Amino acid sequence: MTERFVSRGFLGKHRAAAAANRVPPGQHAVDDFPVLSAGPTPRTDLEKWSFSLEGELAKPARWSWAEFLALPAQEFVVDIHCVTKWTKLDTRWKGVSVDTLLEQVELRPTARYLTAFSDGGYTTNLPLPDVVNGQAFIGYEYDGKPLAPEHGGPARLVVPHLYFWKSAKWVRGLRLMEKDKRGFWESLGYNNHGDPWKEERYTGD
Amino acid sequence: MKRLLEWQIAAVKSIREETYRTKTLTLSLPSWTAHRPGQHYDVRLTAPDGYQAQRSYSIASEPERTGEIDLTVEQLSDGEVSSYLHDVLVPGDRIEVRGPIGGYFVWEASLGGPLLLVAGGSGVVPLMSMVRHRRAAGATVATHLLYSSRTPEDVIYADELHELQAAGDGLRVIQTFTRAQPPNWTGYARRIDAAMLSEVAAPLGRKAQAFICGPTLLVEAAADGLVEAGLAPERIKTERFGPSGGTA
Repeated sequence: MTERFVSRGFLGKHRAAAAANRVPPGQHAVDDFPVLSAGPTPRTDLEKWSFSLEGELAKPARWSWAEFLALPAQEFVVDIHCVTKWTKLDTRWKGVSVDTLLEQVELRPTARYLTAFSDGGYTTNLPLPDVVNGQAFIGYEYDGKPLAPEHGGPARLVVPHLYFWKSAKWVRGLRLMEKDKRGFWESLGYNNHGDPWKEERYTGD
Repeated sequence: MKRLLEWQIAAVKSIREETYRTKTLTLSLPSWTAHRPGQHYDVRLTAPDGYQAQRSYSIASEPERTGEIDLTVEQLSDGEVSSYLHDVLVPGDRIEVRGPIGGYFVWEASLGGPLLLVAGGSGVVPLMSMVRHRRAAGATVATHLLYSSRTPEDVIYADELHELQAAGDGLRVIQTFTRAQPPNWTGYARRIDAAMLSEVAAPLGRKAQAFICGPTLLVEAAADGLVEAGLAPERIKTERFGPSGGTA
């Protein structure tokens, strides 16, 4: 085994949150809510907004904004981890569990992966087992207020147990697929899965 | 699966003070790979007991400089890693890094132009890599760099930007100062807004490729402003920089 490298004179000032076992390796807790996007913030009229489930389903489904808000919603308090190294603890959301959405459709047995797609053309891919059993939701309220556009409003996918680029902003639907297909960042050198506790940041991690 | 981006131990070759808040570290890399201007490196610090902290820093240098990279680092108040890099690290030290990382916010001469670069504060760093590469590659694509700083003392690479513009190869540097301006300043003295963007972008036409880097509010305003000015959203690439959520 090679000897571990130690940075001369580094002691680490910000250990408190990390010590509580809630901050994954290489991450640090922040109090604010940083914004990261690859391009301009899309602004879609709620009248024209819809959310779709498509792909490997007996029949696709689609909800208007009003219909989406009428779906059973839940409160979620989750820790989120961005691959750019920040972690935000105890974020408070309201939204619709992906479980609730999938209950409304009949999945084909071939449905094993999904691509979340967004206004502005962003996509991200996930294995189906990573978004079921309470692990993912479509959030439309943050901290008691409508989700701000720069944070992905009117609605974003939230998958807190994976790096936050998997939590697609401005999400407009999920496409169920038989085969995995890399999304936007996954095609640009970022890890295909993105588990922060395993530090799956980049391709090959 | 193989880790494609291996950690490596770089040697700190030199440290240069750019402004009162920013320093440039020149690192010699045992395993150097040519980067694409706009990319970054991850830096990892390890304490004797194994505690680690990581941050990402944009590459400021051009890929034509082989074997080493420049990282320009802004000192954040209470920044765990930036304070170490500013106050503890000295030439001759070793530091763990991996990269280059990022494949979207990148420009190289082969991609052509015209090029519209918009920077707020230390957001100029990855754009500087593009401008230096443009020069080193002998590219002459029309390039406008709109650079917002609080005061003249905050301008990073001031002398070099002046020289690059004086070379007359199609680079124009347009500055705005939001809090204090140089004596007899006749240029912009406000935050980047739609009117300013439209003035700076118009001569480049609708085919311009835009790169915006800076604090969130600046990036949001600049991206919205360019969309308003008629640039297609897919021609606008953004990157957030510096203290998260702060203002320029």
